[in-house]
Amino acid sequence: MATTDFPIQQATPAREFSFSDALNTWVATVDHKRLGLMYVVTALLFFVISGSMAVLIRIQLALPNNHFIGPDMFNRLFTMHGTTMVFLVGMPMVAGFSNYLVPLMIGARDMAFPRLNAFGYWMFLFGGLLLYYSYIGGGGLSGAGSAPDFGWFAYAPLTERAFSQGNAADYWALGVLIAGVGSIASALNVIVTVISLRCPGMTLRRMPMFVWVMLVDSWLILIILPPLSAAQIMLLLDRNLGAAFFNTQSGGSALLWQHLFWIFGHPEVYVLIFPAFAILSEVIPVFSRKPLFGKSAMVGAIVAIGFISLGVWAHHMFTMGMTSLTNTFFAASTMLVGIPTGIKIFNWTATMYGGKIRFSVPMLFCCGFLLQFLVAGLTGIMLAVAPFDWQLNGSYFLVAHFHFTLIGGLVFGLFAGIYYWYPKATGKLLDETIGKWHFWLFCIGFNMTFIPLHFAGFLGMPRRIYTYPAGRGWETWNLIASIGVIFQVLGILIWVWNVVRTTMKGAPAGDDPWDGWTLEWSTASPPPVYNFEKLPVVRSSRPLWDLKHPEDPDWKYGE
Amino acid sequence: MASDSLVPVNALEMEREWILPDRGKVGIIFLIITETVLFSMFVATYLIYIGKSLNGPYPKDVLEIPVVATICLLSSSLTIFFAERALEHNRLGAFKLWLAITILLGLEFLTTTALEWRKLIYEDHLTMATNQFGSTFYSLVGLHGTHVIVGLVFLLLVLISTLFGFPIETQLRRVVFLSWYWHFVDAVWVVVFTVVYVIGR
Amino acid sequence: MRIETLALLLQGQAAGLPEHRITDIFKPLATPARAEAQIAELTLAITGAIFLIVGFLIVFTLWRFRRKPGDDAHQEPAQVYGSNQIEIAWTAIPILIVFILIGVSARVIASVQNASPPAEALKIRLIGHQWWWEIHYSDYGIVDANEINMPATPDGRMATYFELQSADVLHSIWIPQLSGKLDLIPNRTNYTWMDPRSPGIYFGNCAEYCGTQHAYMLLRVVARAPQDFKAWAAAEQKPAAPAALASDGRKVFDSLACVNCHTIRGTRAVGTFGPDLTHLMSRQTIASGALENSHDNLKAWVDNPQDAKPGCLMPSMKLGAQDLEAVTAYLELLK
Repeated sequence: MATTDFPIQQATPAREFSFSDALNTWVATVDHKRLGLMYVVTALLFFVISGSMAVLIRIQLALPNNHFIGPDMFNRLFTMHGTTMVFLVGMPMVAGFSNYLVPLMIGARDMAFPRLNAFGYWMFLFGGLLLYYSYIGGGGLSGAGSAPDFGWFAYAPLTERAFSQGNAADYWALGVLIAGVGSIASALNVIVTVISLRCPGMTLRRMPMFVWVMLVDSWLILIILPPLSAAQIMLLLDRNLGAAFFNTQSGGSALLWQHLFWIFGHPEVYVLIFPAFAILSEVIPVFSRKPLFGKSAMVGAIVAIGFISLGVWAHHMFTMGMTSLTNTFFAASTMLVGIPTGIKIFNWTATMYGGKIRFSVPMLFCCGFLLQFLVAGLTGIMLAVAPFDWQLNGSYFLVAHFHFTLIGGLVFGLFAGIYYWYPKATGKLLDETIGKWHFWLFCIGFNMTFIPLHFAGFLGMPRRIYTYPAGRGWETWNLIASIGVIFQVLGILIWVWNVVRTTMKGAPAGDDPWDGWTLEWSTASPPPVYNFEKLPVVRSSRPLWDLKHPEDPDWKYGE
Repeated sequence: MASDSLVPVNALEMEREWILPDRGKVGIIFLIITETVLFSMFVATYLIYIGKSLNGPYPKDVLEIPVVATICLLSSSLTIFFAERALEHNRLGAFKLWLAITILLGLEFLTTTALEWRKLIYEDHLTMATNQFGSTFYSLVGLHGTHVIVGLVFLLLVLISTLFGFPIETQLRRVVFLSWYWHFVDAVWVVVFTVVYVIGR
Repeated sequence: MRIETLALLLQGQAAGLPEHRITDIFKPLATPARAEAQIAELTLAITGAIFLIVGFLIVFTLWRFRRKPGDDAHQEPAQVYGSNQIEIAWTAIPILIVFILIGVSARVIASVQNASPPAEALKIRLIGHQWWWEIHYSDYGIVDANEINMPATPDGRMATYFELQSADVLHSIWIPQLSGKLDLIPNRTNYTWMDPRSPGIYFGNCAEYCGTQHAYMLLRVVARAPQDFKAWAAAEQKPAAPAALASDGRKVFDSLACVNCHTIRGTRAVGTFGPDLTHLMSRQTIASGALENSHDNLKAWVDNPQDAKPGCLMPSMKLGAQDLEAVTAYLELLK
């Protein structure tokens, strides 16, 4: 036979990935998976930027009477650190995880409103960029300002024109307002998707816990973003049209800002932590090899939080001089909301009890979460006891509490989720050994930084001070806290290396590297753009368990 | 393949009977919910600041009850309902007529509001910056007016596209959602009217 | 006695008072702080117990049910879906604990917030500024700044009751060993109280972020024995010391813009934007606690306040060396 080479016919001719391809793939996409990844990656970039600010803060506070950073820069740093972490890291993580996973977990092809999804992402990005533009544009014509420097909750009247010259407050209000519109869009999309696009057989009861949590999360976002937006609109009116909402010199009320802000702000912390709850509810069962213990009770608890959390906001205002009746009411409601939150820890522990626990990296982060969030929840109960709060509010104890919930809880939970679903999204497994180094360094560093700060708070150290005098007993705790930062930074750097290394030469993951039970593991890694070749039909909460154990499926027990 | 084996025995039957709420319906309902919360904040602020202004003009001095505007806006809910019904029965002429009347009624409402504001600003010297009444009045009524404008824009788009021969018969679903939004805007006006012109005066 | 002697005596007394720099909230030295510390200890005990129990359960579970090397990877453990009884139990117990805490909290909240001033109470009106404290002793006609003087009251009868107000933004008064904090809110008056049981100097801070120099809006309470407090008040009521009024530095001071911001009773300085300086030398610190009240510090502060407290609202008047010496000498005579 002649050995002529026949030209190989290709369906699409191979060519270089062009700029217009990149535009189409990322800028013009409405695919929930791409948008989900864009949310998560952008959030991680902001995480690194904001984390660097925290490093600078801790360097300044390592020693008393330090002169590493002056007051103006310090005040901008802690304001931008807080604003970025809440609005440009936490919120997009909510959107990113729910947008990526919800359609896959409910057996749908995409979100209910794909274009709204894209709109939400670009609003978030634009809002974030607008906020950061304040570094350049915040000075205004008089050159008086720069980035915002009035704290992430921007109490009035410090944010009024009289006390915040320049345009920093306007950038803050507008940037966060716009990003907030993006959050509302994303939340609306999730709710409609969950209600209207579940695959046949997937009743609400059979939905994965992850989806339940993100559903309630989206409900909360829809309810609480409007109060924040209303407050921000009023602030912009005060500053730019001379309105009298919060301008105390003309009869306005400083308390009004606080009420509006915290009606948003308290449920917001639940909005932020829910992704971690959702992730743990998927990861812990799979790595314990048992179903989630008491799923109905968990759903009930999450829904309870979705309502009770709307009624606790004034515990941020215990020191504002409200009546004893008001203070007592909010102390009571705050302690009550701690109950459904705490019960979850019991349920997760009961899930592990009797199981066969595999300590892969996602599970390690879950373990860190469990102990750290336990501490965080208990310090939260301390803060709920109003007379105790009169000493603890506005001090470093509070700073330690909310970093325990947000880093010890949320960030650890997010890392668990990232390690868990990274192979699904990219088709490659992150390295286990490097991952373990990441976990331990970050865990040690985090605890070294934030446990001492509880004690600084007990000793009367207020928050948001750019320096402190020697002789108040705060030096030792602050020094230890600052040293802990070194380990956290190392941990993050090692994780970045893990990602880079995996991108270059990671092991292929396959469809189902963890032996999971929810629908996303039934399709390819990464999933095709249409998610499933054929939309699944399910009979229980764990369709893949039924598949893998046909002799003992969940639906036999009505689960 | 994996998704095949997920299909249990009675799958086809389950697929046929599996009906979930329409996504447009759910979407517009939750949009209305979130907007309700937004308006509630401005209404609550208005209520809190009643009687707290440090100087005049005060509501009872300058506010006149907008009877005609209110009748127009609330009637427009009725006319859009007629429009919807006409479209359901494929009576396109009636649909266009009722839609046009709805738009005109909405425009009348906006015009009256604009004239009222002109009087308040230039004759009574009440602006956003004058006092708490000014700030809360303009922001609340203005927020509502903005929503009226948005609704009118969409109504106009529907009317124009129908006039240009767009096959509107298949768009009943979307017209229904738009009418729900319009009813919401009218319901908000009932609340704003009560709070501003009845309670606040 | 001559005013200079009296002033020295008062300063000496203050210097002799025990200083409470380590402001541990668990070492309360007044009634509100004590009530708060007690409920704090109860809460710590309860949450501490919960932490130990639940923490132990978590760690035990992780250890006991870990996968062991010999385990068969395909053998799944028993699939337990839940248990209603357990759910009810571990919901009911926390609810019980919460109700106990709510009850105790309600009692302490009421006892601290709704306490009414005894007849002999000292009334102080405290006005927060960016970044200093304006103190009015209405019964005595005294206006002072930054260091709050009050009588120590072993039996609680001469407690001090505050009206808290603000001239600009939110501030908060926090003297941890005397009381929990309460905010100073513009366009609103808040009420708080404290009753230091023994003489001493109690340290504190502004506890609500109020702008650039929030960190140096420091605070101290100088609690004197009751008769010493009366002596202090009598000295404070007098206008500026005659020696100061006669000094050369006074002429310099009165000719500068200083008079627009500061009050020195008995002179033409009647400004209220900045602290009252009539008895500046009776204070231990200047710049609201940022600096010890010494000759060098005072001179450096007058020369350029932005060095010690960058961003504060007192400008440098750019005095020549001679004027600087004169003004500093004048201020040091304001005993």
